[in-house]
Amino acid sequence: MYRIKRHPILEVKGEAQIPFSFNGKLLYAKAGEVISSALFAYGINIFGHHPKDGSPQGIFCANGQCAQCLVITDGIPVKGCMVQIKEGMKITACDGIPELPASNEFSLGFKPIPVIDTDVLIVGGGPAGITAALELASLGTDVLIVDDKHRLGGKLVLQTHSFFGTVADCYAGTRGIDIATKLAAEIEKYPNIRVMLNTTAVACYRDKKIGVVNDNEYLLLNPQKLLIAAGAREKALSFPGCDLPGVYGAGAFQTLVNRDLIRPSDKLFIVGGGNVGLIAAYHALQAGINVVGLVEAMPQVGGYKVHQDKIKRLGVPVWTSHTVKCAGGKDKVEWVTVAEVDKNFKEIPGTEKTFSADTLLVAVGLNPVNELYDQAKKFGMDVYSAGDALEIAEASAAIFSGKISGRQIAQSLGKNVSVPEEWFQRWEILKSKPGKTSTLDIKPLESGLFPVIRCIQEIPCDPCIHICPKDMIAMIGDPIFGLPDVVKDECTGCTLCVAVCPGLAITLADIRKEGPEGLVTIPFELLELNVKIGDEVDAVDMDGNFVTQAKVEKITKRKVYDRTILVTLKVPKEKAVQITGFKIQNPQISEPIDAPATSCIDDETIICRCERVKAGEIRKMIRQGVIDMNQLKILRCGMGACGGKTCQSLIMRIYQQEGVDLCDIIPFTLRPLVAEVKLDMLSGEVK
Amino acid sequence: MSNYDVIIIGAGSAGLPTSFFLAKEKLKVLVIDELPSPGQGQNKAAIGGVRATHSDPAKIQTCQLSLDVFSRWKEEYGDDIHFNRGGYSFPAYTEGHEKSLKDLLVIQKKYGLNIDWLDAEALIRYLPGINPQGLRGGTYSPEDGNLSPMLAAQAFYRQSKNLGTTFRFQEKVIGIKDENNSGIQIKTNKGTYNAEEVLIAAGANAQEVGKLIGVDLPVMPDSHEGGVTEPVKQFFNPMVVDIREFSGSKNFYFYQEVEGHIVFCLTPEPIIPGVNRDSTSDFLPQAARRLILLFPRLKNIRVRRTWRGLYPMTPDGVPIVDKVKDSDGIYLAVGFCGQGLMLGPGIALNLVSLITKGKPVLPEEIFRSYSLYRDYSRPSEALK
Repeated sequence: MYRIKRHPILEVKGEAQIPFSFNGKLLYAKAGEVISSALFAYGINIFGHHPKDGSPQGIFCANGQCAQCLVITDGIPVKGCMVQIKEGMKITACDGIPELPASNEFSLGFKPIPVIDTDVLIVGGGPAGITAALELASLGTDVLIVDDKHRLGGKLVLQTHSFFGTVADCYAGTRGIDIATKLAAEIEKYPNIRVMLNTTAVACYRDKKIGVVNDNEYLLLNPQKLLIAAGAREKALSFPGCDLPGVYGAGAFQTLVNRDLIRPSDKLFIVGGGNVGLIAAYHALQAGINVVGLVEAMPQVGGYKVHQDKIKRLGVPVWTSHTVKCAGGKDKVEWVTVAEVDKNFKEIPGTEKTFSADTLLVAVGLNPVNELYDQAKKFGMDVYSAGDALEIAEASAAIFSGKISGRQIAQSLGKNVSVPEEWFQRWEILKSKPGKTSTLDIKPLESGLFPVIRCIQEIPCDPCIHICPKDMIAMIGDPIFGLPDVVKDECTGCTLCVAVCPGLAITLADIRKEGPEGLVTIPFELLELNVKIGDEVDAVDMDGNFVTQAKVEKITKRKVYDRTILVTLKVPKEKAVQITGFKIQNPQISEPIDAPATSCIDDETIICRCERVKAGEIRKMIRQGVIDMNQLKILRCGMGACGGKTCQSLIMRIYQQEGVDLCDIIPFTLRPLVAEVKLDMLSGEVK
Repeated sequence: MSNYDVIIIGAGSAGLPTSFFLAKEKLKVLVIDELPSPGQGQNKAAIGGVRATHSDPAKIQTCQLSLDVFSRWKEEYGDDIHFNRGGYSFPAYTEGHEKSLKDLLVIQKKYGLNIDWLDAEALIRYLPGINPQGLRGGTYSPEDGNLSPMLAAQAFYRQSKNLGTTFRFQEKVIGIKDENNSGIQIKTNKGTYNAEEVLIAAGANAQEVGKLIGVDLPVMPDSHEGGVTEPVKQFFNPMVVDIREFSGSKNFYFYQEVEGHIVFCLTPEPIIPGVNRDSTSDFLPQAARRLILLFPRLKNIRVRRTWRGLYPMTPDGVPIVDKVKDSDGIYLAVGFCGQGLMLGPGIALNLVSLITKGKPVLPEEIFRSYSLYRDYSRPSEALK
């Protein structure tokens, strides 16, 4: 079984008791579980084989955006990541082109497609959509939220770590999953907010209606104002082997691990050092999954330094100026080869290293989900966007972005309100990329009790300055974006700052006692069975470099620490301020293995996953002078189920490699539908 | 200034095959289109049916030529255009439809069409899963077929280019000057070109281009919407044309193309005039109901995409293929009324013959049906 039995942050609930079958074999799922997770729980990660070349297919986005996870349920093809298991469901692999079940049932008739009028329609019930709805509802406006998932919260429900941002505006210092719960509870308070879950917006029509579909019916929504807060989809990356089962998005991984408590991997490799990649590594460690390493093509990671430091301290190597060259294995990922890149991102021959891994996460950035916004704009609808659908940033920024959009929409509906100027300024700060990094300057002290703050990169975050009962910590510079520092010497050793810091960048050094040894208290968010009193651990500095062996003196759990454990180590006094954590992961996991005999052929790389189009075929047409991507459709790229959502940016990259000016490129023509919809739904057939 | 034997305005259903057949005759051809690549106007919006099953003799014979070109294309030129001789079927559920379809068989057979009336039981063999309730039978014409419009357009384009045809895309024709015995000058937003003959094959823009030669072409576009499903295992072959009228729509037609997708389209009632190609919310429910009523098993298939295409309509539903009177060599191939794909190659062969030999391939009394100068008030065709 590939289920997570214990998790340091998440509660493991429910038993897998709902019977279903896969290829005739009786299996059990948890209530509410989607098909893909229920199958992964049994180690089933190949869901079918592609009709074109028989290649194995599995999950890729786990977010309803692609169509890699097709399975046949009771004769009908469905996306495994979006459909919940029902008792007795008969699921079979989607091998080749599915056969349409014969039906001798004649229709009992058709009802008109219901049209629902609403003042405001919000597409997406994540942080931005929710806060927009709350703002609007509090001003007395009727709001309808549609969301394609089974609960509100968007991607917050996948986040086990504490959030950055500000305490006042966006729940900084609270875990993402708990922010989702709090926001959803706020929604409950307003009778003028209607929520339709499990409902996918599939089209925007010229007559200014939005088509949505859920389990029961297809509906047309007729809003006065439309807000697209549909979040983001993960960018793909193409390399030989990128289409193997086991290569998938970091978001897909978080869905499996943190939403569905599935343990899909033993040895994970990650490409991409933005916050998503760094956090995915951390989430993996929390779930007891080894992280072989993380590569980032840039000379520095793009994500927060504190996120990087966290995983390095636990023993995950981060290789910058490196990229994935290829991945391979029989029917699924078994190894990953990386190579160093020069400053033009060209691979440096001879620098290849191969690692054993069963899963490769792609975390190379996000693209806004904005098709419906573009269509609505074109049709002259009064449309807004918020959160990642507007601009990719942290969830904390999305929370604020939604609030601003909500206020703007209320104003456009004639409410006597406006957006205060300082809201925009605050939003700018919340969505800012990390600023400059200073050098760590902590002088060893001879005695005393004091917090040691290793927050040296400017990021929007402020919980530490609000938590100290003695107001010892203050922000130097900007009150949100500045760097916190200890400004008084009145520490009582309450350790609240240690537990609250979302970056785990604060420790407490205690060198009051006589003698050569002092104590350092470190925040820890992994399973406590990773450490027990009396253990000898490898204590490391901020960046994960070995400092000294240290003994675990004390382990403290308190409700106020919110599932963070504080581990106190006994260390040489002079090293107490330097020590920031201790290694957990066995370094042998990250040792390279011999290079496999298979060669990596770039032209064989799959670019269009839906229709299995190879890089070489596309490159050939580009070299013939094709600038209209619609012409590339003769290869069938862009014609598959996802409609070019995955391959368009990859094709753009090939154009770039071939030296074509991207301004000359004609993109795929956008057409409804955004996702496939069954004919009986569209027809309004009476059931 | 460059000189060409023929300049074609429009790289679509008519322009592409004509350029190819002209180039085969060793003529120096230039094709100009304002869109970025070939077949990007209405051609790619076609669902892909090619039938000789019409009621107008000129269309019957032209489409027979087209079917001949399409069916032999792969063998002769190597490109797979997904041609499938799957036939066409017009099922009948009313006595009136049965009678009118049977009446048409007389003229259709006279012009050599392989078509027959099948009773319900026989028809069901070709259309497994068709709703048998009230089915009276229908016509079946096994030699009609279907293909991928996109693959066909790209094939004509590539082969024509290989034979030396010049293509200029993203270029708009802004002037056509007949130079009296010294050729015709074409001015675009990017340059000026000379040719002995010019063919206007401007699809939905025909009227606009016609104005450049002072001819008011009776071509008015209206729009039809189509859709495509996910692929499923092949279970029927013919294009099905349901000629019943429903609220909001008239003819409805669909088929399963060679990769398994079901492609469908309907004729809206009333018509939607104009050139807007954005989808409205009416279409999918209308089309879904008609598909399910006719083929109940289709209720479980998922629609992938929808789109609109323009039917450049003439008053009588018949295209205009003619030489402009008193011109030095200006030809028209416009007003295909949504049948450009199926008429294209047949029309192209006739145009090549007109240009090089002064007469069409079809008997002149039949080809006259396409005349610019005909009486457009004649009764419109029985089978649309």
